Amino acid sequence: MTAALSVRAVSKRYGSTTALDGVDLQVGAGELVGLLGPNGAGKSTLVKIACGLVRPTAGQVEVVGAPAGSRTARASLGYLAELFRFPGWARADEVLALHQRLARSDGGAAERASLLERVGLEGDGQRRMDAMSKGMQQRLGIAQALIGSPRLVLLDEPTSALDPGGRRTVRDLLVGLQEQGVGVLLNSHLLSEVELVCDRVVIVDGGRVVTEGPPEQLTSPGGVEVETADGVRRLPDARREDVPRIVRELVDGGTEIYGVRVVSGTLEDAYLAAVTGRDR
Amino acid sequence: MSDAITIAGHALREAVRRRVLLVVALVTAVFLALYALAAFEVFDSLESSNFGDVPFDDRALAGGTLLGLAMFVALFLGVVLAIFLTLGAVRGDAERGLLQPLVVRPVGRTTLLTGRLLAASAVCAPYVVLVFLIAALITNLAGDFTPSSVVVPALGLALGVITVVAISLLGSTVLGTTANGIAIFMVFATGLAAGLLGQIGEGLDVEGLMTASTIISWAVPFEALYQNGLHALTADVGGTAGVIVQLGPFGGASDMSAGIWPWAVAWTAVVMTLAALLFRRRDL
Repeated sequence: MTAALSVRAVSKRYGSTTALDGVDLQVGAGELVGLLGPNGAGKSTLVKIACGLVRPTAGQVEVVGAPAGSRTARASLGYLAELFRFPGWARADEVLALHQRLARSDGGAAERASLLERVGLEGDGQRRMDAMSKGMQQRLGIAQALIGSPRLVLLDEPTSALDPGGRRTVRDLLVGLQEQGVGVLLNSHLLSEVELVCDRVVIVDGGRVVTEGPPEQLTSPGGVEVETADGVRRLPDARREDVPRIVRELVDGGTEIYGVRVVSGTLEDAYLAAVTGRDR
Repeated sequence: MSDAITIAGHALREAVRRRVLLVVALVTAVFLALYALAAFEVFDSLESSNFGDVPFDDRALAGGTLLGLAMFVALFLGVVLAIFLTLGAVRGDAERGLLQPLVVRPVGRTTLLTGRLLAASAVCAPYVVLVFLIAALITNLAGDFTPSSVVVPALGLALGVITVVAISLLGSTVLGTTANGIAIFMVFATGLAAGLLGQIGEGLDVEGLMTASTIISWAVPFEALYQNGLHALTADVGGTAGVIVQLGPFGGASDMSAGIWPWAVAWTAVVMTLAALLFRRRDL
């Protein structure tokens, strides 16, 4: 099956500055990939190359099999920029209608209403941009990115202006896209969010991919904690499969057990380990 | 083409919603009211006069001069409008984050530029023609003065502001909003200065000044079109009045060859092609 996004050996230089240096990345259909990295790591540049806003210095990028930036590729993707704005004079419904025409979507008013509902803006179609909060505009930006049922969605910091409720809405929406077979590349600094929804995480630093894999693989085991009458005992080298044996031994030894917890490292730990010493 | 029309419609809606057109209409109404007041006052105060034995048509002089002034103001207001509708079309909109959501759609960057050209031209060209025609009507009512040509000056103004729209769009691909606005106004002022230089050169019979004026006028065709239109206003006025009025009130008046029309169209096409090439190469 054709990948939603295929990035091969992509480099981007701005004069003497190297923003990306031989990056490889794949996003499969229905796969949700989180893109992490410190400021200036090259994440936004990578996303912009994928949607044709920036031309790579070297390498190949394909969107559903078509060269990035081509008309076919742009017809297959939805994009929410990190820093975007819709005209202050425009109403939400007008913004979506304009993008429907440009994306050649024949969804009409039904699609617009459905998208507004999916991002929690039902009833706000006639609201002007300059009367919307930043969070509402970000929700509308996400709705705009989903016009025309794209096969690849590129989201650059989609929840930076959202409250916890808004983030939950976006998480649900991402899961819905996954179920529909849409490939999603999510560029976010919110590690907990990425850990919750992404199938795979790619960590970029200094323009290179420094590590990648499913969140559960990247997060290392952190031992076992046992709550006893004498307090919490920490067994840092123990693993999940050691729990029955530990419990049995403690009970046989007359210890009363009130709780057992398998401790695992967080994505934040994995992230910091990947970029330690390189963070600027 | 339908994408370009969609973009043009979006830009036009912006001009209407931001009340740009309302402000322009108000300023224009004030200008035309003052113009009418001046025209009626001027013609009422005219008396027949002669320069010695030479007959002197003072109504033609007054009418030609007044309408020349109106042409200049129409061009100036049209240029201001053209610049403000387009000065941030590429880099300015990209810096504000307005452009990226549109560019990632399956619409060519050239189409986006074409849409902006269509929108600004659809506003500015009819605007300058309308202002000029109303001024011509006022001049006729005030002093029974009919210019030698209405069509040539009107078309010259229309094509002139379209060339300014093209320059502004080209500038917007490389310059930020403020820098582009300043640059285009300076180009406009350079064109006008070239006309004045040519007028001085003609008055003092300095060949070098006249040549420089002609070269600059053709390099920025709005000036050549303006001069050509100004000349056409009073082409049939003879005698002393004809000589005086042909000097023109603002930037001189020269009869350009018919080649100015295809030249201006081709020039606009070349400028837009260059703008499209620069836009296509620009990282956003």
